[in-house]
Amino acid sequence: MKFDHLLAIEDLNKEQLVHLIDNSKKLIEVSERDIKKVPALRGRTIINLFMEASTRTRSSFELAGKRLSADVINVSGDSTSVKKGETLLDTARTLNQMCPDILVVRHKSSGAAHFLANHLEGVSVINAGDGMHEHPTQGLLDCLSLKCKLEETGKSIEGLTLAIVGDVRHSRVARSNIWAHKLLGNKVRLIGPRTLVPNNFVKNCFGNDDFISTHTSLEEGLEGADVVMCIRLQLERQSEFFIPSLQEYTNEYFVTEKLISELAPSALLMTPGPINRGVEVESALIDGPRSLMKNQVKMGIATRMAVMLSLISSGENNEDIN
Amino acid sequence: MSKEYKTVPANWNTVVDSETFSRSISRISYEILERDRKIDKLAIVGIKTGGEFLAKRIHKKIAEIEKKEIPFGVIDITLYRDDLGHVDESPVIKGTDLPFRMSGSRIILVDDVFYTGRTVRAALDALSDFGRPSSVELAVLVDRGHRELPIRADYVGKNLPTEKEQFVRCRMEEFGYKDSVYLIDKK
Repeated sequence: MKFDHLLAIEDLNKEQLVHLIDNSKKLIEVSERDIKKVPALRGRTIINLFMEASTRTRSSFELAGKRLSADVINVSGDSTSVKKGETLLDTARTLNQMCPDILVVRHKSSGAAHFLANHLEGVSVINAGDGMHEHPTQGLLDCLSLKCKLEETGKSIEGLTLAIVGDVRHSRVARSNIWAHKLLGNKVRLIGPRTLVPNNFVKNCFGNDDFISTHTSLEEGLEGADVVMCIRLQLERQSEFFIPSLQEYTNEYFVTEKLISELAPSALLMTPGPINRGVEVESALIDGPRSLMKNQVKMGIATRMAVMLSLISSGENNEDIN
Repeated sequence: MSKEYKTVPANWNTVVDSETFSRSISRISYEILERDRKIDKLAIVGIKTGGEFLAKRIHKKIAEIEKKEIPFGVIDITLYRDDLGHVDESPVIKGTDLPFRMSGSRIILVDDVFYTGRTVRAALDALSDFGRPSSVELAVLVDRGHRELPIRADYVGKNLPTEKEQFVRCRMEEFGYKDSVYLIDKK
């Protein structure tokens, strides 16, 4: 199995997805050691190019690289020459002259990571979130969190029903998760107002496959779900134009413990990325026993380590070394 | 009633049969205990994946002889390999689990086939990330020679002269095979 870049979960096949999740799981242990470092990527260089605000993703990539012994450089949007009018490609080309092995890119434009992967030579690109397109490492870490939690009770991550509530339209996290769960053979229900969960968009994006369905009723969508994933209203991406008011959204789509215990009593709750407490989800639910939020950061580091490892390969063949 | 075993290809020549296999494990276990009678610091560590089940056998045998459980762990050397990035494949991480205190322990590192020594070199590096053992000894089922590093084994089941082009494979009951070691000629 070979990876050149990690740009989208959509590009992966099931074998690759499972390989990355399984490797991530085994790498959790490294972060629990006294000496949290292994020499796997010694002498390699990783550049984090973050053209958009991020705390957890950027620090998670940085720590993942460092725990693998790579040298990590962080470049963030407001400190680059893009501010002076340089194009993204020129900035990236300049950075690429420093011969990094991996370039991690976060950008507000969908397709930015693909664009750089196509135009830069000799470097593997990891998409750390591109506009409204995908955030593949987030999708992978959500799968890892879910797998670890389900395995505690002897359950599998396959054959589930996942209910995604909220601003799916603008969410790269939702998109990455949907592709991952499609590969895993799970059913996905998208719940929200038509403006945020448009029927035609779902069909255009994911095809007329019956693994996915849309629901305007929260109750209908939640019923019998195994996992409930709440997606933040992306106020910075003008979600307010898509709903009459925040209050109205909350009236219709606020996820509470009471609702879940009635409709999907065994469901787990996932809140990938930041969340507006009290807008999308009841605060107590986020901190409650159903929630998988607690281990997200640890899972995130392990996931990014697994992705980085998978990208470091050359053209030679594996030999029997014993 | 004889047990049903999975078969191996016809060109695999048996060099250690199941009887010799189990005698080797017994002998290695006794030799480990003979070298130092105090077992309160003793711990067995198998190198994944070949050494894991062999280490379990030795661990079990020592527990039988001493009527006492001793610490057991497994170590995955993937992240310590010197050829990482020289292979075309995404590495498969198998996981490390060392549920005991490394510092001050007498570690018996166990692997099935001892060849270039590079795996053992990686395992020694990995061990030192968990603490400072008071000593590390190496037990292997088969030593096939062709070392590329100055590393030797303390306990050897069988010395097997081989050509570099040949393959040596160990198969065990834990995977549904008869306990055996095979020598395979390259076609």
